[in-house]
Amino acid sequence: MSTPAVPHDGTDAEARPVASVERRVLGVSTEVWPRILAPFAIGVVVLGLWEFLVRWYAVPAYVLPGPVLIGETLVADWGTLFGSLLITLRITFLALAAAVIVGVSLAVLFTQSKWLEMALLPYAVILQVTPVVAIAPLIIIWAGDINLSLLICAWLVAFFPILSNTILGLNSADHNLVDYFRLNGATRWQTLRYLKLPAALPYFLAGLKISGGLALIGAVVAEFVAGTGGSESGLAYRILESGYQLKIPRVFAALLMISLTGVAIFLATSTISHLLLRRWHESALKRES
Amino acid sequence: MDTSSNRPAAGTASGVGDGTPLVSIRHVSKRFGNGTLAVRDVHLDLASGEFVSLLGPSGCGKSTLLRMIAGLAAPSEGSIDWPAEAGGKPGEGRGLGFVFQDPTLMPWADTLSNVMLPLKLRHVPLDEARDRAAEMLALVGLKGFEKSYPRELSGGMKMRVSIARALVLRPKILLMDEPFAALDEITRHRLNDDLLGLWWKERFTAVFVTHSVFESVYLSQRIVVMAARPGRVMADLDVSAPYPRDELFRTSGDYARLCRLASGKLKEAIGS
Repeated sequence: MSTPAVPHDGTDAEARPVASVERRVLGVSTEVWPRILAPFAIGVVVLGLWEFLVRWYAVPAYVLPGPVLIGETLVADWGTLFGSLLITLRITFLALAAAVIVGVSLAVLFTQSKWLEMALLPYAVILQVTPVVAIAPLIIIWAGDINLSLLICAWLVAFFPILSNTILGLNSADHNLVDYFRLNGATRWQTLRYLKLPAALPYFLAGLKISGGLALIGAVVAEFVAGTGGSESGLAYRILESGYQLKIPRVFAALLMISLTGVAIFLATSTISHLLLRRWHESALKRES
Repeated sequence: MDTSSNRPAAGTASGVGDGTPLVSIRHVSKRFGNGTLAVRDVHLDLASGEFVSLLGPSGCGKSTLLRMIAGLAAPSEGSIDWPAEAGGKPGEGRGLGFVFQDPTLMPWADTLSNVMLPLKLRHVPLDEARDRAAEMLALVGLKGFEKSYPRELSGGMKMRVSIARALVLRPKILLMDEPFAALDEITRHRLNDDLLGLWWKERFTAVFVTHSVFESVYLSQRIVVMAARPGRVMADLDVSAPYPRDELFRTSGDYARLCRLASGKLKEAIGS
């Protein structure tokens, strides 16, 4: 039968982008090195200048400690500070986990029922726009337990970006694909599982990146308001305490730990996002310019 | 009603255009919510196994008609019947194939998973689904690309995946909504040939929406010319050329004559 032949030679194969071979130094692509080295160089210069000025003008340590002193304090007080860091981290991650669970569940619920979304979304917005500092004292009174109050405050700050981004993502599935699922008699669950959730993933991950930082900020701010004492306190209380005692190098050491934690959370969420999206999403697509 | 009695024999293979109406479009009109009359009183029979093109300018309701045949939209008036003699409405099992203007693939899934989708939605065992999808991919010329993601494929290859996904259920009817409109001419010609090859082999009824006279003449046994505002049928042409068709047909006098005829009808449709 002389039918028009269906080619088996991988037609259009030449149109397939060929992955370029990257040069690597110490396991990191040569393109990435400048992005690491440039900010590092700036950091070294600024820290050096800081140390120099502090010594040159003999600025007292309770006004502005130099980087070297801060480093020494960090090492000397490591036991106390690290214990506090763990407490802050625990609240941050519990809050973030709760934000993910509640945010995604509510988003899924809202897309299943427009009525529910109309009825509940305004209250989610109200929760979001109310400054956490203003309601933290109330939450502390109501919750009773201090750790629980901190957790609620951090969760309040963190959950909205996940909720609103996931709602956007669930609703942004290609409408032709939605039709295709309908054409194939897909159930609600199948449409959610195979179409809407994967389509929402990039949006959810963008929300997660924002919420990771916010959970940390929420945990720190709530502790400032609560002002808890004793052995079970996070980094915010260490800052308050050290401030009262004029141990300014320790304030800086605690601040440094909070900043580094924030950076670490950002890097972790970015890495998760990259790993999950690199094969298919536009945001992870590298283009030759 | 035997729609093929006045039609030329479609090649020599039996089962192609054997004359049983698969779907009867009965005085169908479609009015949208905003009052636009998209389709007015379309009355057509589509025979089992025939290759029909719906040809018309944009806005003539050809896509709307296709969506109504698929069941994605309901007619405002009239009905779309699937006579029991031809097996009735394509049910859950084989369903109907639908190819959109865009490939409409899931970007997060590789080629094989995309083709497996309709089987997965019907709870076909995973091993069987994988085998059938791989077989279909080979049939559309994409053997070896099972693990590629849509964004790693060219436009033509993505369209092949979309066709494989539509055909993996071995549907009785394949509905295509300007599937090759966005492709370059060389790729389009190649895909036209491959589509005819698949049609020949699989014996499905093909309904092909296009605004290209040349494409409709090259592919179809029958061209339904439609006019716009409101969308309606202007002419129903037979394409009396035997299959298989190839480059030789594309350069023949027959082809030129048929294109002139279809083009004339299309001009009338636009002018009216």
